[in-house]
Amino acid sequence: MADASAARSILAAGTQAPDFTLASGLDSKLTLSSLRGNPVILAFYPADWSSVCGDQLVLYNQVLPMFKQANATLLGISVDSVFCHQAFKEARNLNFDLLADFEPKGTVAKEYGAYASALGMCERALFVIDKHGVIAWSYLSPMGENPGADGILNALEKLPA
Amino acid sequence: MSQLKDPVHEGDNYQGSLDAPLVLVEYGDYQCPYCGEAYGVIKQVQKHFGDKLCFVFRDFPLTQIHEQALAAALVADFAAKYDKFWPVHDALYEHQKRLGNDLYQSLAHTYELPMQELVAEIQDKTAEEKITHDFKSGVRSGVNGTPSFFINGEHYKGPAEAHALIATLEAVLARA
Repeated sequence: MADASAARSILAAGTQAPDFTLASGLDSKLTLSSLRGNPVILAFYPADWSSVCGDQLVLYNQVLPMFKQANATLLGISVDSVFCHQAFKEARNLNFDLLADFEPKGTVAKEYGAYASALGMCERALFVIDKHGVIAWSYLSPMGENPGADGILNALEKLPA
Repeated sequence: MSQLKDPVHEGDNYQGSLDAPLVLVEYGDYQCPYCGEAYGVIKQVQKHFGDKLCFVFRDFPLTQIHEQALAAALVADFAAKYDKFWPVHDALYEHQKRLGNDLYQSLAHTYELPMQELVAEIQDKTAEEKITHDFKSGVRSGVNGTPSFFINGEHYKGPAEAHALIATLEAVLARA
């Protein structure tokens, strides 16, 4: 039986990753293309504070040294505001940027096909972008399921040097 | 279904025989409250299956949110050198709310572990290698939080409850 997820589609491997600039803090912004030259991991997730998201981001925070071995930068993205992200980061001791796809709401998520319109939140979707800015791997997880980090690590390993 | 990438081996901390028809691996964190709940669940599961089950505990400390997780894992692994891993593992979970130096000292006293060596071990980063190895093997096997379980190498995604684990293990045993 086909479920709702079958109808959803996120940008696939081989696609140029749409560039964007989003707030990464109260006074800071981050532009994806400024990271060109090294791999980038985009982790779209539904919401700060929800338990699955917390587990997923806490796990990625702990796995950061393994991502860094591949020179990869991890970015979390949700529609929460910078104030919400800041409180969440402090509460979970997160050592990577959370970007606010806040206004106009979900613009970047929509470009990646990672926006759940009915819920007004990002999907739980992962993208590994290579050093040239091309999507090397993407994965749409069921929203209530923490996808772990093994898929990301496998994708990073397969990137050409 | 994700698979356990690092098969169980003699270097693991395990209860029972590695040749048992059922091998249950837990990736756990001593400070994780859900692992604390799973501790009692595992005891029930072990009682149910007896020597048909081998239980393996691997470290998966989430040190960024649990400040005692690493120290507790080091204490348990140190105890393993003196064949005291399991009593110390059990005591850490039974006194999970008291994790800290007072508890570790008391455990060292109770289980006759040399305190000076234990302190040196905790300060010596090489002792963390086994823990890092466990952590990485868990991540590569698809561990997405704690506790995570593998039954005969396959990631178990059901609830960490005795009836659910026992039912799944019974089904695996029936197929064995």
